[in-house]
Amino acid sequence: MGIFQKLTPEQFEAIGTELDAIRNRVLADLGERDARYIRGLVKRQRQLEVAGRVMLMIPPAWPLGVAALGASKILDNMEIGHNVMHGQYDFMGDPALNSQKFDWDTSDTARNWKHTHNYEHHTYTNVLNRDHDVGYGLLRMSEDQAWEPRFLANLPLTVILHTFFQHFVAVQNLKLENYLVYKTKTGAQLREEFKPVWKKMRKQLAKDYVFFPLLAGPLAPLVFVGNVAANLTRNVWACAVIFNGHFPEDVEQFPESVIENETRGQWYVRQLLGSANFSGGKLMHIMSGNLSFQIEHHLFPDLPAHRYQEISPEVQAICRKYGLPYNTGSFLRQTLSTWKRIARLSLPGRRKPATGAAVPANDAESPRELPLAA
Amino acid sequence: MNTANNSNSFLKSGLRRVLSSRLAETLTTPHGVDRYLELFNPTWSVHEVRAEVVAVKHGTADSVTLTLRPNGNWQGFRAGQFLRLTVEINGVRRMRCYSPANSVHAADGLIELTAKAHATGFVSKHLKQGLQPGTVVTLSQADGVFALPDQRPDRVLLISGGSGITPVMSMLRTLLDEKHQGRITFLHYCNTALDMIYASELALIAAQHANVELIRCYAQPEQGGELQGFFSREQLRAAVPDYAEATAFLCGPPAMMAAVEKVWAEDGLGDRLHLERFTAAPLVIDGGSAEGEVRFARSERLAVNSGATLLDQAEAAGLRPESGCRMGICKACTCRKTHGVVRDARTGELSEAGEQDIQICVSVPVGTVTLDI
Ligand SMILES: Cc1cc2nc3c(=O)[nH]c(=O)nc-3n(C[C@H](O)[C@H](O)[C@H](O)COP(=O)(O)OP(=O)(O)OC[C@H]3O[C@@H](n4cnc5c(N)ncnc54)[C@H](O)[C@@H]3O)c2cc1C
Repeated sequence: MGIFQKLTPEQFEAIGTELDAIRNRVLADLGERDARYIRGLVKRQRQLEVAGRVMLMIPPAWPLGVAALGASKILDNMEIGHNVMHGQYDFMGDPALNSQKFDWDTSDTARNWKHTHNYEHHTYTNVLNRDHDVGYGLLRMSEDQAWEPRFLANLPLTVILHTFFQHFVAVQNLKLENYLVYKTKTGAQLREEFKPVWKKMRKQLAKDYVFFPLLAGPLAPLVFVGNVAANLTRNVWACAVIFNGHFPEDVEQFPESVIENETRGQWYVRQLLGSANFSGGKLMHIMSGNLSFQIEHHLFPDLPAHRYQEISPEVQAICRKYGLPYNTGSFLRQTLSTWKRIARLSLPGRRKPATGAAVPANDAESPRELPLAA
Repeated sequence: MNTANNSNSFLKSGLRRVLSSRLAETLTTPHGVDRYLELFNPTWSVHEVRAEVVAVKHGTADSVTLTLRPNGNWQGFRAGQFLRLTVEINGVRRMRCYSPANSVHAADGLIELTAKAHATGFVSKHLKQGLQPGTVVTLSQADGVFALPDQRPDRVLLISGGSGITPVMSMLRTLLDEKHQGRITFLHYCNTALDMIYASELALIAAQHANVELIRCYAQPEQGGELQGFFSREQLRAAVPDYAEATAFLCGPPAMMAAVEKVWAEDGLGDRLHLERFTAAPLVIDGGSAEGEVRFARSERLAVNSGATLLDQAEAAGLRPESGCRMGICKACTCRKTHGVVRDARTGELSEAGEQDIQICVSVPVGTVTLDI
């Protein structure tokens, strides 16, 4: 049924070796080109930010100001922050672009991000109960997630998640649902974990909603609203890009059993099956932090993202060779597909219709059906 | 006035105070003021010492002399000290130590570094062949205890070999700027006359200053130096009979330094000899008895102790901690050990078990060690 059953251990190993070879080749080639690329982007982002904040104080230029500041925040978070914090540019030895030192223009602390994203999400991609990005503890994103009445609100909650994305991401590490719904976390625990988050949040809120408005004097409301709009733009865009990367309908989720004794080749294949790309031009790739190449990103999270497009044909060739799907489509198609899934899963029901690419649920009886457990 | 002096005064002015204020920090969070200043001029910074390379000269076939114009954060140095220079080569930052050779009184505020390009030397070769005027480099503040004492000694003996000439050149130039009256002997060792860095300037200084004696000793014959061969007690006694009265400053290749140190030690003059090493004795690494693990707390990584230095082990674990000389001299790699015992690979000495700062390039874990990296 699933592709996991069709592949032999030798094939898994061969896939691992072939993908490792791509990775090693790119690693050996890192240098000047990558440094120039990321520095150029950082410069562009800072220019947009400065220009945006100035324009927000000049009424006729206000809409341009929102666009510039929104674009700056998107670049800062996606092609720069997300990728730098993956350690993609650590090889440069530049403290300003180092994964341990970088912080980004959003409420989430760099430290918490690296835990939930780099560690949990990238190690346990699309594994239920392990990868918190599967629904953020808020939504039902997979048939194998047991239905609860609260998931009737799947759609409105998705809208809310998009709107306040930076703050949801900021508190993601707190696993609020464990306190609110499942009662496995105490209020005291939660308060302790919230301290560093609040410290960062406070700074971000003060900057965007107190100090820059105050600098504008009588135009304070204009700047305030402009900053709201810029943050909202970034929130919605970032959330949409991320959802498209893992939740279009054919993308698979996995039971926890897959990660027992998982080999490197199997890990690679899980990353492949758990991710989806979307097509677009150069601007689309840059503004999505090259998460338009989510598949390549999940295979090689620490390779500089602007390289994904170059290695994509090789990854596709490997997929063809081993009969693995390579999920891609237009941004619109992937978005519609994702929302369809979210709508469908707001209602009870465990199995996907017909196609049934999903791996059996954790509680399935036959161990033979647990593809990676053996 | 040139642009850099403008930028220096720009940063020294009231604007500097504004830029280092809490408000500026708040408005530029989380990136900080420097990351925006760079947009306007790559040498502008509130915190970092950055410098523009204003001249690249090739004094000898295998050396290069750089003139750097530091920004206003440079606090100056004491004659003999070194700084850490960071240059970017093929997209990767590299840090090495160099000793400024100029006088501490240089009115133009420029820094002069001279590097010997080693045939297999990664950074020194780049400085010689690839560095263009206009490049912006990063510097540390000056560091090191090898320096002219504030109370200048009267009788000074400067002994150098090869590229080790740089810190003592700074001492000589500084003393001359101060119109030093005591006698100064400049004893320099190198292979041939053509290899001698600062040869013509030194000849001129010796000709113009009655209290400065220049003694050149070439390893090769018929180079026209005052001496020929290698350092020895006999040679020293003949060339500098009053060496025991002098305060001596020494910098050169390891073998030559060892020979000089031996004479001073035998004569019981150890405390009159100040020295600087550009290269350290080889490290003793014994991987056979390694046990425990290395925990990199901040990056949440774990490695089985391989017995190599903590810097090597961190790099093997895919981390890129800051590092420089990799031999325990420059302190660029210093970081916090929160738990465990380490052995100093140079001396074999064991550390305490508690929290302390260690140089990871010369520290080998003894059992499990936790680092804040
Ligand atoms: C406190 C201090 C001050 C220094 N000041 C100066 C200075 O003013 N001018 C200067 O030229 N250098 C100075 N150095 C040495 C300098 O920091 C570098 O080590 C040197 O330039 C070589 O770096 P590299 O990257 O070219 O060589 P690397 O790539 O690091 O080493 C390559 C090879 O070069 C050889 N090598 C490295 N350094 C030396 C050396 N110093 N002598 C002989 N062989 C060597 C090694 O055997 C090695 O195999 C100083 C070092 C220290 C610690």
